Order: sequence, then structure tokens, then C-alpha cells
Amino acid sequence: MSQGILIWTEHLRGQISEITFEMLGLGRQLADALKVPLTAAVAGANVTALGSQLGMADKVLLVENPALTLATAATQASVLQELLHQEQAALVLVGGTNVSLGVGTVLAARTRLPYINFCKAARVEDGAVVATSQLFGGKVLADTRLAEHRGIISVYPGAFPAEAGRRAGSPQLIPAAVEVAPSPVKFVQFIEPETGDVDITKQDVLVAVGRGIQSQDNVALAEELAAALGGAVCASRPVIDQGWLPLSRQVGKSGMTVKPRLYLALGISGAPEHWEGMQGSRLIVAVNTDPKAPIFDGAHYGATVDALDLLPVLTEKVKARKG
Amino acid sequence: MKYYVLIKMVPDTVEELIIGADGKSLDTDAVRPKLADSDEHAIEEALLLKEKIGGDVAVVALESPEVEDALFTALAKGVNQAVKLTGDWSQLGSLGAAQVFAQYLAPDGQLSADTMVLLRSQAYDDLEGEIGPCLAEKLGVPFVGVVTRIVPGAQEVKVTKEFAGGLRGEFVVPLPCVLGIQSAEKPPRYVPIAKVRAAQKTAKIEEVEGVAPEAQRAYEVERMYLPEAAGRAQMLEGSVEEVADKVVEVLAQNSLL
Repeated sequence: MSQGILIWTEHLRGQISEITFEMLGLGRQLADALKVPLTAAVAGANVTALGSQLGMADKVLLVENPALTLATAATQASVLQELLHQEQAALVLVGGTNVSLGVGTVLAARTRLPYINFCKAARVEDGAVVATSQLFGGKVLADTRLAEHRGIISVYPGAFPAEAGRRAGSPQLIPAAVEVAPSPVKFVQFIEPETGDVDITKQDVLVAVGRGIQSQDNVALAEELAAALGGAVCASRPVIDQGWLPLSRQVGKSGMTVKPRLYLALGISGAPEHWEGMQGSRLIVAVNTDPKAPIFDGAHYGATVDALDLLPVLTEKVKARKG
Repeated sequence: MKYYVLIKMVPDTVEELIIGADGKSLDTDAVRPKLADSDEHAIEEALLLKEKIGGDVAVVALESPEVEDALFTALAKGVNQAVKLTGDWSQLGSLGAAQVFAQYLAPDGQLSADTMVLLRSQAYDDLEGEIGPCLAEKLGVPFVGVVTRIVPGAQEVKVTKEFAGGLRGEFVVPLPCVLGIQSAEKPPRYVPIAKVRAAQKTAKIEEVEGVAPEAQRAYEVERMYLPEAAGRAQMLEGSVEEVADKVVEVLAQNSLL
């Protein structure tokens, strides 16, 4: 019985996802601490090419089957369950992403292994893995102990450095035979991101608005400030879901990833999903009335005034400064 | 077509969250429950589907504090049926909740062919994972999550699922199915409080005794705590005028003005 760690490789459109390298870095650290093997599993098309990039693993299991590309969570879980059985692994790491959503959950339902979601840190303590999850939009942390390090952990994207999971080399590649039933869900096509009228990924200055902007009418105040600064307005998910700005302006986990010179976050709490899309901004100035808002943990500058009060005053002062 | 929307109350994170005396959970007295955001969207999507192709919408919730407010609001918005599954579900995880709902939706294990179950993709307190895939697994029907668009057909639906970076994918899913909704095609409709009050007087929430599940939570939280500020921002203090002046200075120092 290996009691090892098994990583479910995520890939999309022929590319290994960053979350996979994040998991490999974490997995290596845990495997070394527990003195157990680290195995990665890849399923889908052209898996040999994909698997050869996973040098951080001790070995890589390859399940070549094009039908497994973009398969449902249930189908992927079937493959993972079989490999878990074959490997007699104790701990499984899956990506907490939109692509991998449900895979670990279904595996947990079938195996009755404990499942820990939203994992942003993990350590070995007395032979057990203690996983830290971030809940309630990053406002609360929870530690959960996996006795004998048995369980399934869903790793929060961006929580671990992907660089720690990249290692050049030739991992041991092992073809694995797994029979799966055809999926009832059929993939039709990809829909590319809409650039819209403004490509926010190419802006140097972004004025970002969140729930604190309160109404669609107030978006105009942010537009005015963005115009004065020579930038554009973007938003967190709640604003887009309300239809106040188009999807092309969404920043975050399922929206755009931006890296402007200035990210002025107004009325944004800083939930991990949003943080994921803007953490690469060079200068982050956050304005939120809640002094405990998570956005202040990562912003360079912060203020706790009401963004709606600040907007017109700041716009005037920016205009005056620019002359 | 019958649409079931399964909803859940979550703590409103706009409020300050306080850890309870046990150090393992939130202080329930300090929590203000609200409907999970993507459940709001699941209700809206079901109502939009009903408007497009007809059918009945039933909103179903496990008994929990203030859930009746959410059920009456759903009735005021136009759903046909509101159901509360009674029982003590305070210690129930996602797997257990999936079992309770599955028992209600398909006591004989078979979901009728003209059924679509809609619910949130994930809530921010789903420590044990997402309920949607577990429910689909239990019911033996397909599941797709993070759905933002549904185009109904006779025996199947075409759905759009979000990946990342604005990329989406289109899938065809046979009926019956479970769909995890991320956002509805339109923003959730507003319903005036007067209409909700009217629903409280005229409409009725059906109470059905829930069947306790076999599955209990397979994990135990050891400690719950508030995060320590790591790289805390340099705070710009003062009145709105003073803060605006300081922001302008920061921008100028960074050659942004």
C-alpha cells in the first residue's frame, strides 16, 4: 500500500493549467514530509506530451482517451477512483477551479473519503495533514485535520506558487488502462472571451467597482474618474451579474486577468475569486468602508471612506492636478 | 417541464463574522442569513425558462433560520411552489444535504424525464464540496456546473459553462439533469417588499418532513479563526477631501498623474 499522494492533472486546450503546478508544489512538500510517493495522473488526449511536463512527480499515470477531455465531473471521478484504487493512495489533490469543479466531490461521495474545499494552505502534523480553507469570501479560515492523511483536498487557485511545482526532467510515465462509460454530456464548442468595447487586459489604469457602488447609475461616477485618469472601468462579479457592466469588464476567477499599472478598487471586498484576477496589478489602491475587508490585506494603499463620497471629489482633484 | 430550484441560506459577509465560543464555527447569533447569490440566479434562470417554454417552478429548501423569507420572496417573484424540508440540518454537510434533496426529488430513485434541477454552483461555506455533483450522482443524472446560459430543447438542453479568463464552453446535456448555476441570463428580478408581504398572507409554504441521510460529514473542523492581516495596506486616513488629496499624491508619486 503506497499511502501516497495522487494529483489529478488539470489541462485545457492542450495546456497544463497553472493549478496543476500549484498542486505539484504542494504535493511534493507534503509527500516529502510524509515520506510517501507523489504521483500525477493525466487523462484525455495526447497525455504523454502533457505528462512529460510533470517532472515534480515521482511518476505519472497516463490515461490516453480523447473522450475524457472536458468530460463530466462524474466521468473524470470514475477514472480517478480507479487510479486511486490501483495506486492505493491516501490523499488526492484536485484543482478548485471551474474546470475541475465536482471531480473531487463525486469521488468523495463514492469513496466516503473526507473532502476539504477551498484549501489555501496545508501542513503535516503528527502524521496527519491539516488543511486550511478560506471560507466566506476569504473572511474566515478553517483548519481541518485529515487523520492518516486520508482524504481529498480541493486546492484554491492562486494559493500556492506554481513555480514550486515546475521541475524539468523526465518523470516516469506509466500508461494506465481505465475503462469508462461514454459521457451523456457532449462538448460542442469553446466560446472565446468577448473583448467588448474596451479590452481591460490592455489598460494601464483600471477603476474597478464592486457591490459598494450600489446602483447602475453610480457606475457613471467611476467612468468619469477613469476618463480623468486615462483608463477604463472594470468590475467584480456582483456588478456584472446585475447587468450594470458587460461580461467583458469582469475581473476575477472566471473573468479577465488584469495587470495594470494602477488598480483602484472601489467598494470591492477582495474575495479570493476577485483577487485571483487582479493580484498582478503593480499598484493597488483600495477604498472600502469595512476596515476588515480582505482587499486591504493585499492592497498597497487603502482608505475606509465611502467610495461614492470619494469618487466625485477624487475626480475633480485628478482633473485639477492634470490641469 | 418541472424546474426544481434548491436554495440555501448563507451568512451575509457584509456583516462582521464572529467565531463562536467553540472555536470551530461562526457565532450564529451574530450571523445574518441571506440567500446564496448564485441561488438567486438559479431562481431567476428557472423563471426565465418558465417564461420561455412554460412549466412549473418549485423552490425547495432545508429548514434553516430565515429561510421562509427567501421562500416567500421566491413566491412573490412568481414561482409556483415553495417547499421547506423540515428537520435539524445544522450539522449536515454537502453530501448529506444532497441525500435529503435526492430523497425528496425522487423517492423511488428515478427523476422524471421532464425535470431540470437548478442550484448554485458553489457557496462560500461549502467546505465539504459542491452539492450539485453529489445530487446528480445520487440521482444518476448528468451534471454541469458554473452555467451561465441555458437553451432548452425537447429532450436536452444546451448550456454554457464558464472556465476561466472569460473562456466559456458549450455543452449539450440530456434531460433530466442537474445544473449548477453561476449566473442567470438576466439579473435577478427585483420584487418589492409589499409583494413579498402579500405573498406571506396569500401563499403557503409546503412543509415536508425531510428524511435523515445516511451520510454524515466525513470531516471535522478543528479550528475556525479570522485571518491575520498579512501585507496590510498603508491606510490613508482623514476626511473624504483629505483621502482624495492623499490618493492624488500616491498616484503622482507613481507617475500616474
